[in-house]
Amino acid sequence: MSAMAIVWQFVEVALAIALAPLFTGWIAQCRAWMQNRSAPPLTQPYRMLRKLFHKEAVLAEDASLLFRAAPYVLFGAMALAAAIIPSIVTDLPFARAADAIALIGLFATARVCQSLAAMDLGTAFGTMGARREMMIGFLAEPAILMVFFNAFLLFGTTTLTGVVDGSAAHPSLIDPGAIFAAIGFVMVLLAENARIPIDNPATHLELTMIHEAMVLEYSARHLALIEWASSLKLFNYATIGIALFLPWGIATHGASVGAVFLALAALLVKLAACGAVLALIESLSAKLRLFRAPEFLAMAFLIAVLGLLVHLLMGANACA
Amino acid sequence: MLESALVVELLKLLAAGMLLVSFAMLATRRIQRLISLFAWQGAILFLSTLLVAHDAGLTELYFSAALTLALKVVALPLILHKLVRRLDAQQDSERLVHIPATMLAGLVLVILAFGLAQPISQLATTILRHTIGVALAVILLSFLMMITRRKAVSQVIGFLAMENGLFFAATSATYGMPMVIELGIALDLLVAVYILGIFFFQIREQFDSLDLHHMESLKEE
Repeated sequence: MSAMAIVWQFVEVALAIALAPLFTGWIAQCRAWMQNRSAPPLTQPYRMLRKLFHKEAVLAEDASLLFRAAPYVLFGAMALAAAIIPSIVTDLPFARAADAIALIGLFATARVCQSLAAMDLGTAFGTMGARREMMIGFLAEPAILMVFFNAFLLFGTTTLTGVVDGSAAHPSLIDPGAIFAAIGFVMVLLAENARIPIDNPATHLELTMIHEAMVLEYSARHLALIEWASSLKLFNYATIGIALFLPWGIATHGASVGAVFLALAALLVKLAACGAVLALIESLSAKLRLFRAPEFLAMAFLIAVLGLLVHLLMGANACA
Repeated sequence: MLESALVVELLKLLAAGMLLVSFAMLATRRIQRLISLFAWQGAILFLSTLLVAHDAGLTELYFSAALTLALKVVALPLILHKLVRRLDAQQDSERLVHIPATMLAGLVLVILAFGLAQPISQLATTILRHTIGVALAVILLSFLMMITRRKAVSQVIGFLAMENGLFFAATSATYGMPMVIELGIALDLLVAVYILGIFFFQIREQFDSLDLHHMESLKEE
């Protein structure tokens, strides 16, 4: 591990934190274009954050320490997750400490913390949102694990950096199971990040809201941190997807500075494409009834399992 | 050699796509989407047949690929769409048995199909021998679709999808059937769809719906 690796590590995390609201804004803009609305500016999420940071925070009388701490824990967990995911370089000192299964654990920690904070005040909406979030979460977790196992089996490693290194070493490898895994992953991404078939953060309709119900009681800087953390979560999921399925261009171990800048450009292009595709999916689909959500996630799980089966049964060409 | 390896990879990818479309067919409720998925399955079949024809250098297979394109990607979906429009059944959606349960059953069928195909693929010498399991799985999944559906149109699509699976099995195990048989099957399919179309109208006239469970009771009231 060199000093350079540590520098890139911090650059990567800082980049993720800085770019995450931009990515959210880009998706919102694409969605507006596709739906023939006039689009909000790309910087809208930043303005929102600035406005919220300048407001005075209001807390409920019964709020405990948990309620106050939750936004910071949430933001911290997402920033740490960004440190583990190889978005531009794979030589990450942090990534050695935790593999992708620990990454899922990190996401789960954030979810539990947010749900507990939502229940903390004892309001009806908060509790309801927390329960729904936990339901989505426990269904999404096995699905995302199965998606990860697809890539892990192919390269014989459980770290995302290992997967990216492996696919850089064997660029011509096409795994037939990967299309299943990719579809399963997109379904989990939509469910986990409160996107349209499962949840719609733009509405405050009590029958349907999940994510919004949990954060109703927050204001000012706490709300800003939570919003930032959720856009960071979406950004993290997008970079996980890129690392698993479109890893071309990510700078591997011992790459030069030029390669890293090339990787950065590739990342921006890929993120723009991913955002457009996400917006397209969201525009084309209608929100599912909450009771259909388990069905949706069970399908994601089964598709990922099918990917594993296809990989194992159709003459596995692993290169571990 | 390198090109051949690439072709095998692509064929595996197409086979996986075929399996995916079969599962999507199993899970959709809308009849119109079912028809377009059937067209997609035909398109994947066309591409894989074309690839095999190119790799094996068989002119016969080019003809059967063209036949697949004309019949299964263009003609049959068009006829079915027209039929559904004339039956006024566009909005029909199935009340399915629990979809995840169906998918789980499908998963078991896939494992079974691969197990069954193992000895066959060890004997076969074609470049598609790894995908015989997929072909068998597509056939079994179409069976499952016919069992779980109640509407007449979707059962017919299940039947047609089964033929797709058989065709895929034939190309992967033995580089396709003789041309005469293939032409015969194609003609049969076309006629079958026409006759079943007439049946649809008769069924609807009799029961005011295309739901086949009305036909389960033999006595009239």
